[in-house]
Amino acid sequence: MTYFEFLNEHGITLLLGTVTTVKVLVCSMILYVIISMIFGLMRLSKNPVIQGTATVYIEFFRGTSLLVQLFWAYYVLPFFGISLEAFTAGVVALGLNFGAYGAEIVRAGILAVPKGQWEAAHSLNFTPAKRIKRIIIPQIFPIILPPAANLTVELLKATALVALVTVVDLTFEAKQINSITWLSAQCFGTALLIYYIMARFALVPFLRWLEVLAARKVGKEKI
Amino acid sequence: MEMGWRWDFTYEILPQMAIATLNTILAAGVGYAIALIVGLFFLLAQRTPSKIFNWVNREIVEFIRSTPLLIQLFFVYFVLPQFGITLSAWVCGMITIGLHFGTYMSEVYRGALEGVSKTQWEACRALNFSTIYTYRRIVLPQAFPIAIPGMGNYLVGIFKDTPLLSTIGVAELFHAATAVGGYNYRYLEPYTLVGIIFLTLSIPAAMWVRKLERDVNISQGKLKK
Repeated sequence: MTYFEFLNEHGITLLLGTVTTVKVLVCSMILYVIISMIFGLMRLSKNPVIQGTATVYIEFFRGTSLLVQLFWAYYVLPFFGISLEAFTAGVVALGLNFGAYGAEIVRAGILAVPKGQWEAAHSLNFTPAKRIKRIIIPQIFPIILPPAANLTVELLKATALVALVTVVDLTFEAKQINSITWLSAQCFGTALLIYYIMARFALVPFLRWLEVLAARKVGKEKI
Repeated sequence: MEMGWRWDFTYEILPQMAIATLNTILAAGVGYAIALIVGLFFLLAQRTPSKIFNWVNREIVEFIRSTPLLIQLFFVYFVLPQFGITLSAWVCGMITIGLHFGTYMSEVYRGALEGVSKTQWEACRALNFSTIYTYRRIVLPQAFPIAIPGMGNYLVGIFKDTPLLSTIGVAELFHAATAVGGYNYRYLEPYTLVGIIFLTLSIPAAMWVRKLERDVNISQGKLKK
């Protein structure tokens, strides 16, 4: 069987799997961004309870393996009466795991804003809400976006794991086709290529565009 | 089926899990050692006089870095036998982890080398040191401390990615948990135990890396004691 015939026969299946992968990626991306903002801020709170909660959460999810968390969400949670669909379990596990890494990025980003900016906003009598919204947040984005972009590419790679809890994504389809046809080089090779194209020619340019946008917003031109 | 946590079952499976933990540590250690060496090769291959060769190498590194480790594992495990190379799951796993993290490691090395100030090179040139001498006595001793935090982080990273090896049948911790869970149809205790074992191993490791990073910063004069 030539490669063209292989694509002709199984290309559609792989593409459908890719659509699911993109769905998982987008959902978990939204979840992890929200979680990392909340916990990044909580980590800087002066209240020891709030700060402690955030620290425990971050250490827990960074300390254990994503695969373990994924299987825990899918196979163990039903013991406690919470049955999640495979897709939901996958997105929740990815979101919580990457949220923990993201929270640290957000925390570092907030700390990296020069103290003078806080003081200047304070002395100009801005309200606390306005200080955060108009002065601090616009300056955070150019700082946190480059590491967040790396993390997001890692997230795309990590979405492959949801195949192991029976989400029918690109990896799952590739495995399935492999077990039917035993054309391992073709199906896993194609899957690798699709992931590479998604990362290199879609996700990374998009994230770079965001970086440029954020830099322009605070008047720091970026090439 | 009983719902809550069962201690008797936990004690029953504990010895099995302990042995499997040793396998996980072994896999992480071997994978890390390979990654350290592979990283060096990738680094050297990007610094040859030939521009095309360097470019091809960068693309290979980029490709390995932006595709999932899981599929790379499948690829190595299922495709190599088609070319007549049959390797055990262990060997396949170690090769793949070594290659995958080797690309990351080469970036760590590269960053560390670029972190050494350019004037150091110029000073060596002015003193008429040979390239090898410059590397050995001037550049590497300065680059190494910069590389330590990154190297440490990837040790923890490899450790946390070893559960993926279970998908091709390497008998490490996660594999043992899945087997025990499937046999008894109870996943609560095995998977929770895996989580706890990972936490008890990786949190001290991560703390150690953080301390190392601090020490390095102090020794470089970037941080005060």
